[in-house]
Parts: sequence; C-alpha cells; structure tokens
Amino acid sequence: MKTALRRQIYLIDFTLASLLRRPGKNLGLLLVYSLVIFMLASAMLFTQALRTEARLVLADSPEIILQRMLAGRHHLMPQDYLQRIGPIRGVSQVHGRLWGYHFDPAVQANYTLMVPRDRQLQHDQIVIGAGISRSRGLATGDFLSLRAADGRSFSFRVAGLLSSESELVSADLILLSEAAFRRFFSMPDDQYTDLVLSVRNPRELRKIAEKLSLKFPDTRPILRDEILRTYHALFSWRQGILFLLLAGSILAFAIFAWDKASGLSAGERREIGILKAIGWETGELIRMKFWEAVILSTGAFLLGYLAAYLHVFHYSAGLFEPVLKGWSVLYPAFRPLPDIDLLQLATLLFFSVFPYIVATIIPVWRTATADPDQVMR
Amino acid sequence: MHRPRLLLIVFGLLSSLAVLSLLEARLTMRMMIPELKAMARQVEQLQLTDLALFTEARYTRHLTQADRHSPFQDHPLAFEHFPSGSLVSPPAALRMSE
Repeated sequence: MKTALRRQIYLIDFTLASLLRRPGKNLGLLLVYSLVIFMLASAMLFTQALRTEARLVLADSPEIILQRMLAGRHHLMPQDYLQRIGPIRGVSQVHGRLWGYHFDPAVQANYTLMVPRDRQLQHDQIVIGAGISRSRGLATGDFLSLRAADGRSFSFRVAGLLSSESELVSADLILLSEAAFRRFFSMPDDQYTDLVLSVRNPRELRKIAEKLSLKFPDTRPILRDEILRTYHALFSWRQGILFLLLAGSILAFAIFAWDKASGLSAGERREIGILKAIGWETGELIRMKFWEAVILSTGAFLLGYLAAYLHVFHYSAGLFEPVLKGWSVLYPAFRPLPDIDLLQLATLLFFSVFPYIVATIIPVWRTATADPDQVMR
Repeated sequence: MHRPRLLLIVFGLLSSLAVLSLLEARLTMRMMIPELKAMARQVEQLQLTDLALFTEARYTRHLTQADRHSPFQDHPLAFEHFPSGSLVSPPAALRMSE
C-alpha cells in the first residue's frame, strides 16, 4: 500500500515536471479551460439563483387570476362577472385588480401602475418602486407628472418609496388610488383589469378553474401553480441565447482540447518512446497521462467554479448584465440568492473532467503500445 | 519531492475554498430569509404575479399574464424584444410540436 502510494507520488512528480517543461502551452490550456467552466458555471449559478428566488417570492401570489379575452387579446373584466363568480362553490373571496402600463418618454421606460389593497392613498399620492426613484431621481415629497393617453397631464406627489430590497418584484411599480387610476386611464367604474380569486381548499384549484372556464368561456384562469412553473422554466440555461453563445465557445474549446490531448506532438511521442525504452510499462505511461489530465481538468474546474461563484454572488453576475438587461431601463438592482444545486455542480464536474481524461489517455495508449524505436523516430 | 507537496497544497486550498463557498452560500441564504419573506409579503399584499426583470414589453414584464398576441403588439411582423424574448423559452407544447 505504502509502495503503491509512493509510486503514484513519483508519477505525479514526473507529470508535473513534464507539464512545467511546456509552461506556456499548458498554462494557456488551463486558462482557457477555466474560462469555459467559468462561463458555464456562472450561467448555471445565476439561473438557479433566480429560479429559487422566484419560487420563494412568488409562493404567495394570487391563487387564481381570471382574465377576460376578446379576439385572443386581454380585455377588461366587467363588474358583473364578480357577482356571478361569488356563488361558485369553493371560492372564498373574489375581487377585481386594477393595473396597467404607462410608457414614460422622459426615460423611455415602462411603468406598471397598480391600485393596492393594503393601503389607502389620496387621489394625488403615489408610492413608487426603487427603480423609478433611481431613474427619475425622485424621493418622498417630490412630484411626478405623467401624461395620460387622452393628453391630460397628471401630477402626483411621491408619498413613499417601496423598499429597495424588494426591487426584484417592485422596481417599476407605481401605486395609486383607485380614483386616480380610473381617471388616468379613463377606465369606467364598472370595469377591472382582471379578477383575483381565493379558494378554501387549495386542492380544488383546478376544479374551480374548470368551472370558471365553463361558466365564462371568454375568460382564461391562471393558477398560482402555472405562475411558479413559468418561472421554473425561465432562464433554463440549457436553452435560449445564453446557451447558444456558450455552445460556440464550448465547441471551440472541445476541438482545441481534443487536438491537444489526442494529437501528441513529436516531442511528446519521443518522450513516451524514451520512457518505454528505459523500462516504463504501458500502464505507468497511461497512469502518468491520467494524472496529467486530472491535474489540468480538476484544477480548471476548481478555478472556473470559484471564479463563477465570486462573479455571480459577489459581483451580481456583472459580466452578464449587458445580455440580461435587454432593453429594460428599470432593471432591478438585486443580489442573486446563493442557492447551489449540488447535482448540477457534480454534473459540470463530471463533464469537465471525464471527457478530457478519456481524450488524453486513448492516444497515449496507442503510442505506448507501439514499438519504442518506431515511436522515437 | 516538493512538486507533489505543492500540488497538494494548491489543490487543498482550492478545494477548501470550494467547500467554503458552499458553506457561505448556505449561511447567506439563511441571512437573506427575512428579506425574502418581506418580498413574499409584498407579493401577497399587492397581489403581484411576476418578477420585474424586463420592463420593455408586456410579455416580458408579465410573463405569466401575457396573452398570445403580445409579441406582435407593435405590428404584425414585429421582432420580439431582444434578448429577453430569447432568454424566455417558448411554451413546452410549441417546442414539442416541432
């Protein structure tokens, strides 16, 4: 046992010496390898963080939202639907939601205007999200003027700011009174944007949704479960443009690594031939190359993962920001939730290390089993 | 024989940092729980349904509320909003039918 361990240590020593004889090439490979893993791990950590945060934060979103559709488009909900839904068994509460969008040409941003149920606001008061406060330079007591679709100008006083910790859900929100909302959008008193329903027994959600669809064929119920599933599928890093961008880099690296590992240079072939000639066995040569592959691939994985961890959780995935922000002017400032999926990490480790080891060992085996004299020539 | 020892130290350090990162992640998650609860409370009180990630279009701002015609809200051949539209994958049924 001790002899076997000592043997491996000597092999590792020889492997390191061999790697250090070609420092530029091996350091370059290590850096590129680490960079590819860094990009993959960053995308993986960031999307996982976002998915977990969405799952936790939206767990208390409305149980059922009922939207009215007209010619396939979202239409306003008449008030009499409220009364007609009341008798449906299982529905404990139903009320109308008032919310809409407003484009502010001053900062080229879209705001979400909403009437809150948890507070009473005066007709000229608003509470704004941190994103709006930042982009318009507004604080409590300031005034915000918005022009409605009918050309009228409305001036609102900022009565408060929504906390910056909740920017992920409230960055673009403007809360205002129902009277102000209806006047601003010229929305009739007997219309709502949509309806929100609460049910007594969560297990009956689908049944109640089915009853709603039958009773109101021009509506579409959206369940909380569907909301959560949407965000689970969101940012799936296996799909979408992020993966396509990374796929190009991964392919280029795979070709580079395969070329490096499988196409032994003349120097490497001579080295193997000399080692064979002085008595090294094929198994020892393969073990040497195995250690070389393990050192490079595992080292690259650790460096790439650590850099990705710092990038995502200490620098808020700053490198991805230009891609992720899109055209959003009010992109929220938030700190990704550090939820690391060990299975994903293990998968990344496996696919970082195993293929490279295989790509390294196979050509060495071929060379090592050949005649040393032929190899050295 | 200093090379293997040096390698062991380097790998030991990197592995320790990796393990520390997992521990730090767990601790930070615990510390962020009050913040998450406050956000969840706000979601419940204001009856919110979506994250305010992309505000450039209806179907990127309210992913779960958008109707099927939102991507073409500007005109029939309108391009979707980039890159948020590309980051959000199409419905599963559509992908499966292809």
